[in-house]
Amino acid sequence: MRNVMRRAVITGLIGGVVFIYLSLVGLVEAFDERSVITGLLGLGRLVLMIVAIVVGYRAAVPIRGERGVLVPLGPARALGAGVLAGAIAGAMLGALLLVMISVNLQVMLTSASGRLITVLSTSTEPVVSALILIGGAALFAGLGAGLNLLPGAVRRPVVVAALAVLLISMLEPILRVMFVQLEAQVPLAPFGELAGFLYSGGGLTPVATVVLLVLVPATVVGWANQRRLVGVFTGPRRPEVEGIEEEPPARRRPATAARAERPSARRLVVYALLGVGLLLAPQILGVRLSEVIGTVGLFVLLGLGLNIVVGYAGLLDLGYVAFFAVGAYVTAILTSVASPAFAPQLSFWASIPFVMLAAALIGLMIGAPVLRLRGDYLAIVTLGFGEIARILFLSDWLSPWLGGAQGILQIPAPEPVGRDPQSLYYPIILFCVIAALAAWSFANSRVGRAWNAMREDEEVAEATGINTTNYKLLAFATGAAFGCIGGAFFAVKIGSVFPHSFDIEVSINALALIILGGIGSIPGVIVGALVLVGLPELLREFAEYRLLIYGAVLVTMMLVRPEGLIPNRQRQAELHEEEDVDDQYESDAGEDTGEPVITTGGAA
Amino acid sequence: MTGPSAQPAEGNILEARKVTKQFGGLVANREVDFDIPRRGIVSLIGPNGAGKTTFFNQLTGMFAPTSGRILLDGESIVGLPPHTIVELGIGRTFQNIRLFGDMSVIGNVMVGHHVRMKAPWWASLLRLPAVRREEEATRQRAKELLELVELPRRYEEDSARNLPYGDQRRLEIARALASEPKLLLLDEPTAGMNPGETARTTKLIGHLRDALGISILLIEHDMKVVMGISERITVLDYGEKLAEGTPEEIRTNPAVIEAYLGKQKTSA
Repeated sequence: MRNVMRRAVITGLIGGVVFIYLSLVGLVEAFDERSVITGLLGLGRLVLMIVAIVVGYRAAVPIRGERGVLVPLGPARALGAGVLAGAIAGAMLGALLLVMISVNLQVMLTSASGRLITVLSTSTEPVVSALILIGGAALFAGLGAGLNLLPGAVRRPVVVAALAVLLISMLEPILRVMFVQLEAQVPLAPFGELAGFLYSGGGLTPVATVVLLVLVPATVVGWANQRRLVGVFTGPRRPEVEGIEEEPPARRRPATAARAERPSARRLVVYALLGVGLLLAPQILGVRLSEVIGTVGLFVLLGLGLNIVVGYAGLLDLGYVAFFAVGAYVTAILTSVASPAFAPQLSFWASIPFVMLAAALIGLMIGAPVLRLRGDYLAIVTLGFGEIARILFLSDWLSPWLGGAQGILQIPAPEPVGRDPQSLYYPIILFCVIAALAAWSFANSRVGRAWNAMREDEEVAEATGINTTNYKLLAFATGAAFGCIGGAFFAVKIGSVFPHSFDIEVSINALALIILGGIGSIPGVIVGALVLVGLPELLREFAEYRLLIYGAVLVTMMLVRPEGLIPNRQRQAELHEEEDVDDQYESDAGEDTGEPVITTGGAA
Repeated sequence: MTGPSAQPAEGNILEARKVTKQFGGLVANREVDFDIPRRGIVSLIGPNGAGKTTFFNQLTGMFAPTSGRILLDGESIVGLPPHTIVELGIGRTFQNIRLFGDMSVIGNVMVGHHVRMKAPWWASLLRLPAVRREEEATRQRAKELLELVELPRRYEEDSARNLPYGDQRRLEIARALASEPKLLLLDEPTAGMNPGETARTTKLIGHLRDALGISILLIEHDMKVVMGISERITVLDYGEKLAEGTPEEIRTNPAVIEAYLGKQKTSA
């Protein structure tokens, strides 16, 4: 069909543009420094392969025929479309290579360097290299198209396995450190051997890659039979069109069952293991990783707080950083010797109740004026509040009390914990757990139900007997409390506070992480913080491209899986509202029941 | 079922006196006097734009009358916010169904009970035993109400939005009943229903009054429903009260026939 051809060509052209863009911003060559499979594959080339696979996959997606029914392409046409799209994309990259070899582009484009040429070339003969690029792109796009033809039950383990292997490879620096630490502490266990088997020279060994590629799908399949987590990787919106114009299955999605579940024995064991893991983590992970987890913990606190305001109560707050800043400054003033005007020099713990009090006050102060505002208006006003807070902390006017641009230094470490990341970790995690429990309790009580109702329809909530004024203020105050505690820990973690630490990026980060994780979902906040805050800390060598990747991840997520990684079920229903009516997609059977699983284990 | 078999009314549950509502130059209600007898079923009818829903919204506190008094059980409710009026005992449904669509069916009813729950926020935070008991009792109560409005059990955990139309209307009634109202206001409860569903809903309304001993005010267009179930009918036209009386009196009132029923006769 001509539609298919046209789409393949367009997809291929887009893929080619992505290829060229990634190459010319220097991402390909920079990433290729990192090896994925030692001696065989660098991350740069892998990125190109993944792009090719996605191009092929997109080119082979079922098309919308008459009356909006999805029609699968059939193997030959799907593969053909994939290969064509890949070849087009590859040809564009090949052309770039040839241009780079013949003309020195580096004058204008600093990244079009000899190093890039080496990464893209597989042969000494430029034309052969270009042809190999075309062939390679076509091959991987063909694989992507093939992936589309597989039934979901096969495709999912394949994708999950590939991603898992990539993750294990990427976490090499951490896992290796971990294994060394473990070996020192548990002498009999063969952790050293395991590390030697898995890794060599910064990447996975080829043998380990093969073993993992076999082992992971086996585990995933076993696991997926009981749990719904696989959807995390593949998304629930895959059209599973086997028969063509069959009747749409009568579809009813069970809504949130806020049922107080009796913790089963298995659940308890999982919690116990999780607890032990969290307790031992700093010792196993070492100083640097404990530090990273501490930072992640701060953002978990922020995320949990903002999740109450935005996720539960539906009040879009873009000035959340104000709470964070107030918490940090209150702690600084109360504990530091260097507080300019008023320095009671309390201990950190003694300052906590005052931080909470300040939080409640600031929450009410910001909440009260915006009670009547909704949606966009609320967002703009809170954005303004966030900026006002930062500017006030920076201002000369308040500098006799707050230190102006110099900030407040010499914030003492909390006793007896100290500032060592491996021990400061514990209070941070403790407060994260408390905050998560608090959020959970609220969510599963009449308070959570009232917020929920208010978010869905404020007018009806009021007419049903909910005092929306009070519940908005409660949401703001609770959110403020979590944010302020986060700020307090931020202050003692760094040992000083400066106004410029509290710009809008903090608000955006907190919002992005709850959206990525799944708005309204507590495990989602944790996963979101790990991915958006933890991973960039770990992949420091890519710092230059951090925001690029960050943006790409967010855009992709919003397009592919707007409900987030670990969605709140009710939100998921809302976001797929229209599809329920318009489309005749059948959702993955596993997505429909039960709560999402908690995967805090991702930390380790 | 539909006969006016209620006990002799002991005064009025609701009394509205000279209620006037102006929107700028437009007078939506002009000096409307209106009574609802205890345990009575009364109807408010009138052509489109006659000011029925405006009047309704003043009873529920959506907005305050420009002038006039509204007394619930002898206490003025003018100027009180909607949630307080719910607490005082007026429950309502909406003309265009407004459920919390993504909440479960039972969740919708439980929200309705919110106003009768006592747990303060800090007790919810600590999940005190009393809070859990209250939560369980609420769930139980919600199930009973769903049974009362004849919603099938199997729907309980479904999203409200996925219910069939008629069931959504019944769910809205259950949500309103969950707030334990003395007076239930139903805004066109049979709008958009087929004759079978309409008959079933009419029967349900009568049953609710008898089973719960509440008073009911209907806004309704379907004359069969109105004539069959109401003990008293008030007719509004251009924001003013045109007539009031028993179904028989209204049926034969020439002014009403001209303003309202007459139109139907000629068109039919």
